Amino acid sequence: MTSAVPAPPANPTSSPDSTPSVETRSTPGKKAPKQYSERARAERRLGWLLAGPAFVVMLLVTLYPILQATYESLFQFRLTAPDERQFVGLGNYGVILTDSVWWRDLGTTLLITVITVAVELVLGFALALVMNKALKSVRGVLRTAILVPYGIITVVSAFAWFYAFDINSGYVNSWFDWLPGIDENLNWFAQTGTALFVIMASEIWKTTPFISLLLLAGLAQVPDELSEAAKVDGATWWEQMRKVIIPNMKAAIMVAVLFRALDAFRIFDNVFIMTNGAYGTEVLSLLAYRQSISRLEIGLGSAVSVLLFLCVLIISFVAIKLFKVDLAGTQGGKG
Amino acid sequence: MTNSSTKNKVLWAIVTVLVLLYALFPVASILATSFKAPSDLTSGTFLPTSGQATTSNYEQILVGNAQGLFLSALRNSIGISLIATFIAVVLATLCAYAIARLDFPGKGLVLTTALAVSIFPVISIVTPLFNLWRTIGLYDTWLGLIIPYLSLTLPISIWTLAAFFRQIPWELEQAAQVDGATSWQAFRKAIVPLAAPGVFTTAIIAFFIAWNDFVYGISLTSTETARPVPAALAFFTGASQFEAPTGAISAAAIIVTIPVVLLVLLFQRQIVSGLTSGAVKG
Repeated sequence: MTSAVPAPPANPTSSPDSTPSVETRSTPGKKAPKQYSERARAERRLGWLLAGPAFVVMLLVTLYPILQATYESLFQFRLTAPDERQFVGLGNYGVILTDSVWWRDLGTTLLITVITVAVELVLGFALALVMNKALKSVRGVLRTAILVPYGIITVVSAFAWFYAFDINSGYVNSWFDWLPGIDENLNWFAQTGTALFVIMASEIWKTTPFISLLLLAGLAQVPDELSEAAKVDGATWWEQMRKVIIPNMKAAIMVAVLFRALDAFRIFDNVFIMTNGAYGTEVLSLLAYRQSISRLEIGLGSAVSVLLFLCVLIISFVAIKLFKVDLAGTQGGKG
Repeated sequence: MTNSSTKNKVLWAIVTVLVLLYALFPVASILATSFKAPSDLTSGTFLPTSGQATTSNYEQILVGNAQGLFLSALRNSIGISLIATFIAVVLATLCAYAIARLDFPGKGLVLTTALAVSIFPVISIVTPLFNLWRTIGLYDTWLGLIIPYLSLTLPISIWTLAAFFRQIPWELEQAAQVDGATSWQAFRKAIVPLAAPGVFTTAIIAFFIAWNDFVYGISLTSTETARPVPAALAFFTGASQFEAPTGAISAAAIIVTIPVVLLVLLFQRQIVSGLTSGAVKG
């Protein structure tokens, strides 16, 4: 923007035809603002010089691909038959949006998003409370334990849960065969409901630590005096939570929910490993992958990608406008 | 008083055990599976049948016939993740320094962009890249993964570092200069020691994210030249056509989890403060 090119001299004192007498008389007074503005300009230049590369790289790796995808989504184009590339306008979008597969996958994705985020919010809040209140002696142990699922590879988590429930290599069936509906012949990954259950369990296990750390940060912002005062006034634990703690960390909760919801909406790894989308467990990311990478239908795949991107935009927009989630404020703006 | 504090301690012991169970059970589960012999896999028990525990799965992927597949994937994962982390942290350090210290228009734009990039669906980037990389020859190369990995590592690095840098008392630099240090000396002696922990923590977080990638890994590679571990695991097949790769995959999963556990054990405090920075002081 204002980066490399120095702005044209806007300061009248630098124009050569100003009278010498004026210039000498007011040197101290006029020189100061000029120097200041030059320093400010240098600072701007340095600012963009330092921030520019990161900014450009971010645009190159996201803005460019999404524009390219938008362009390619207007063509009927299969990589295996490059010569048959044909402009179809919004045709691909028509094909997708009138296909029940898109709507089924969107439904599955939304279902996973809503359930995992709801469970994670409760579980994450409990974990945050535990970490916040923990005695010094166990605090380190708790944090370390919590960070293991955070750092573990999602694919590893998917395999761990898959093998535990798998009809051949698993032990869950023999452990829980006293529960109605579970016996040694239950194939968890052959029905939509049970398969989604395990997929969501893995997703929840892996990502709850992240949400609980965001909530822990929010908890730390609640002034101690407030909950102390409530306690003195005889409020029960539940009343303290509902009237003092939760209202005071609303911003942190909103940010945590939005971040996780957007992340859950992009779910891919767990589904790919456990069912590869079979038995009605396909999600939108998998649909896009199947179209473009597996079937090499670049046109259709790009259209799915663009639609998925639009969904993420809509969710963010609704969250930010409707629920007034202030992402910048909580995630470092005030640091 | 003593009574209630004992009760308190017991309560905390129970809570701690519950949290440990939650956090570590799936890891223990796959660890147990990794020591099961192929014939033992269908036993329906958590632990390998006693006396039958075996390290053959580890031998298979480290020195056996799956060695080529796993070790090359491990090398790719380590190399690509480290380079992507390094580039992201260098770029983010410059960027975050500018955001924390300098006054320039567009600061908010940079931060908003970082935020937007971090919520970008990876799969939307993959389709066009898949096509482009094939055209320009970056498909199935290290560079072909390092570039898109920046979309994962760069935004979070910028946010984390900007939050860290805002907490640094920059007056120290001037103070050192007043004391006669050159500006380079002042920067090196006063600022670098304060900034280094933040940079280091950011690097760990960025590394976790790059290490975790799966979508780019399976979409933009096709052979052992560049395929990282998570993608390799998904395409693992058994020692023979008739043998499930369960044991080998579990063993490989445990090996790639070791660096994560080590980093977490050594740096839990820093990682927590890095992930919550900006919201929590210190």
